[in-house]
Amino acid sequence: MTYIDVASFAQSWGLIYFMLIFLAVCVYALWPSNKDKFDHAANLPFDDEDA
Amino acid sequence: MSFTEQPSYAARAVDYLFVGFLFVAALGSLYWASQAVDAVLGFHAIVFAIAFYLALFVVGKQLVTGKGYRRPQSDELVYNDEIVKAGTIASTFWAIVGLLVGLIIALQLAFPVLNFDVAWLSFGRLRPVHTSGVIFAFGGNVLLATSFYVVQRTSKARLAGHYAPWFVFWGFQLFLVVAASGYVLGVTQSKEYAEPEWYADLWLTVVWVVYLLVFLGTLWKRKEPHIYVANWFFLSFIVTVAMLHIVNNLTMPVSLMGGKSYILFAGVQDALTQWWYAHNAVGFFLTAGFLGIMYYFVPKRAERPVYSYRLSIVHFWSLIFIYIWAGPHHLHYTALPDWAQTLGMTFSVMLWMPSWGGMINGLMTLSGAWDKLRTDPVIRMMVVSVAFYGMSTFEGPVMSIKAVNSLSHYTDWTVGHTHSGALGWVGYISFGALYCLVPWLWKRKTLYSLQLVNAHFWISTIGIVLYITSMWVSGMMQGLMWRAYDSLGFLEYSFVETVEAMHPFYIIRALGGALYLVGTIIMAYNLWQTAQGNVRQKEAATLLGNTAPAAA
Amino acid sequence: MLEKHAVFEKNSILLTIGILVVVAIGGIIEIAPTFYLESTIERVEGVRPHTPLELAGRNVYIREGCYVCHSQMVRSLRDEVERYGHYSLAAESMYDHPFQWGSKRTGPDLARVGGKYSDEWHRQHMIDPRSLVPESIMPGYPFLATTPVRKFDIKAHLSANRSVGVPYTDAMVDNALADLESQVDEWSDGYDDFVARYPDARVRDFDGNPDMISELDALIAYLQVLGTMVDFSEYNPEENLR
Repeated sequence: MTYIDVASFAQSWGLIYFMLIFLAVCVYALWPSNKDKFDHAANLPFDDEDA
Repeated sequence: MSFTEQPSYAARAVDYLFVGFLFVAALGSLYWASQAVDAVLGFHAIVFAIAFYLALFVVGKQLVTGKGYRRPQSDELVYNDEIVKAGTIASTFWAIVGLLVGLIIALQLAFPVLNFDVAWLSFGRLRPVHTSGVIFAFGGNVLLATSFYVVQRTSKARLAGHYAPWFVFWGFQLFLVVAASGYVLGVTQSKEYAEPEWYADLWLTVVWVVYLLVFLGTLWKRKEPHIYVANWFFLSFIVTVAMLHIVNNLTMPVSLMGGKSYILFAGVQDALTQWWYAHNAVGFFLTAGFLGIMYYFVPKRAERPVYSYRLSIVHFWSLIFIYIWAGPHHLHYTALPDWAQTLGMTFSVMLWMPSWGGMINGLMTLSGAWDKLRTDPVIRMMVVSVAFYGMSTFEGPVMSIKAVNSLSHYTDWTVGHTHSGALGWVGYISFGALYCLVPWLWKRKTLYSLQLVNAHFWISTIGIVLYITSMWVSGMMQGLMWRAYDSLGFLEYSFVETVEAMHPFYIIRALGGALYLVGTIIMAYNLWQTAQGNVRQKEAATLLGNTAPAAA
Repeated sequence: MLEKHAVFEKNSILLTIGILVVVAIGGIIEIAPTFYLESTIERVEGVRPHTPLELAGRNVYIREGCYVCHSQMVRSLRDEVERYGHYSLAAESMYDHPFQWGSKRTGPDLARVGGKYSDEWHRQHMIDPRSLVPESIMPGYPFLATTPVRKFDIKAHLSANRSVGVPYTDAMVDNALADLESQVDEWSDGYDDFVARYPDARVRDFDGNPDMISELDALIAYLQVLGTMVDFSEYNPEENLR
């Protein structure tokens, strides 16, 4: 295994892979139908009155 | 609430297995002590044996007599707050110990006579006591307490396990005692922030696996479909620290009856593994874990939900993905291959973005409630903490740039940088959480005194400013002196001239550390009075009349 | 993808595995190649495993936390090369379990301290640093001179090193104790064998006290070999461009 092989793999497929993961996270976070779920989740800390 | 004294057969079976484990471990430790070839290992084996016998006595007595052996009815939600109380007490205790040792070693650098030429008092042995004391003992106990509190409240479920959480708590204290006493007695692997030897590391691994199971087990019982984002951060902290701890501590003991071991990796690979570990101890122990605290306690105290839950999701995944790559920036211009240095630098600079995304999310949670900064010193402490987080996560990427690092590395600038993160971010968010937790847990209407919180805040803020600025100046000065040339092209300063030049700054730094310690002692007093149920007479009218800051 | 992610966050096991995968990638891609890329460690002559006495000294160095204030890594920067000597090679620490590169220079770099000062200087400096360097802030270590070095299990220490990859021979392991004792006494019976096993090792009474092999003997033996194994007059970095 030489440095050149590793570097060329990382600089092409690695970059694509990173972008895909990041896009997936952004799409999930911004998907409109998830909004209600997140709004509910954001209020979880205030919904914990002791039993 | 009502308790049952007849737990299920399955629960009983687990408890008896635990007693069996304690019995075997106690006997094993005694045998180990008898066979030890090192005095220190023998001492530690006896410490282990004593701990196991004590646990055996307490648990065994409950099982045999049935007294105290009870748990809540299965259909009833009773939070396990006792473990969180224990965590807050341990946090406060270790904060004072860790900071005190830090002050001692700061004074040793200013006045070397304070080493007394005695092995166990010397700087080289006490420094890991300070670093482990504040990071793992103080920070670790804060994380235990807050993660156990938050996961219960946001899951609407009691903490999983009956003895398991207590095993995690006391097992962790046992690790800390073995680690710290080992340092002063000369037991170290010499890997920074991973100094404990193989047997302490193995024990911590056992404790950590149980911690993960308790945390996951509580999530499994949750009534909420969604896992609140603070728990994502806590979970990533637990999982990643386990991975880092195991890989970085792979080692070959000289003998199972001796303390010394030789690390599996050597030279450049070991250096890279170590800084991958150490950098991500910062990233996952001191950042992800404490961001979990921020995402629960800041909204809770400000009484408004986090600024953007969506941002918190992007923040989470991008932070943990990018952080893990940044370790090689500790090894710029060394014998580490250039490609690894460049990779480390690139990801370190990228790390600025998710870090500031988190900071903005934390700060903007206050939007519409900025007046609380004036009226509530606890929220002020947490907001300043997040501001320090922003500052040191900006400084970090700058220092990871090779050209800057060539000046800053090996100098006090690095020390100043870590302390702006440690004292400002980790310290303040922890103090904020403790000021919230103690009244909630002990069911008090209010803290003993908000003026004392105010005093704590200002005294320790002056301490931080003195600390950071003195280290900035001394670090840059030393870095510049090392590379200064005279008109004939020779190096201008000998090494020891740079040491001499730093003396005044070491005194200022020690003063800053002393102020920070004083602030912490004030907090301990305030928390103690609060737990007692006292309210400072002078403030009683305002504190009890206006219960807004004391939520829950 | 979206539905999968919904399962993801509701299912804590999947969240745990997701976290583990995300954080494992960086470590694997950064660390693993350094074990496989040949260019990571230069091919140089002269780097040998430490003698038993040097190893014992290294253990004292580690025990006292010397790495906390002293680096052993000369960076490839002009002023460092002029102050300390040739920049450090990866090959020079290839047998160091663990590495001692350090992270802070409260005191000077020690990567090339070997041979720079006399044994007598080190003795005096360890016992009372400020008697030689008045501005020094180093702790004194007078107890090293009066503490016998730990040698009864030195053979097991070499064995453990060999099991993690240090190329000690059978003869080196078997004679570890004799070699340790021979290195402080050039008139000893084991001298010839010791020198045959470790050709360029320095043999002398490092702490000047013939009555005892002290921790100071071991520590000075270790300090005096630091950075001296590679002959840089014959080193050509171009050969390592591969």
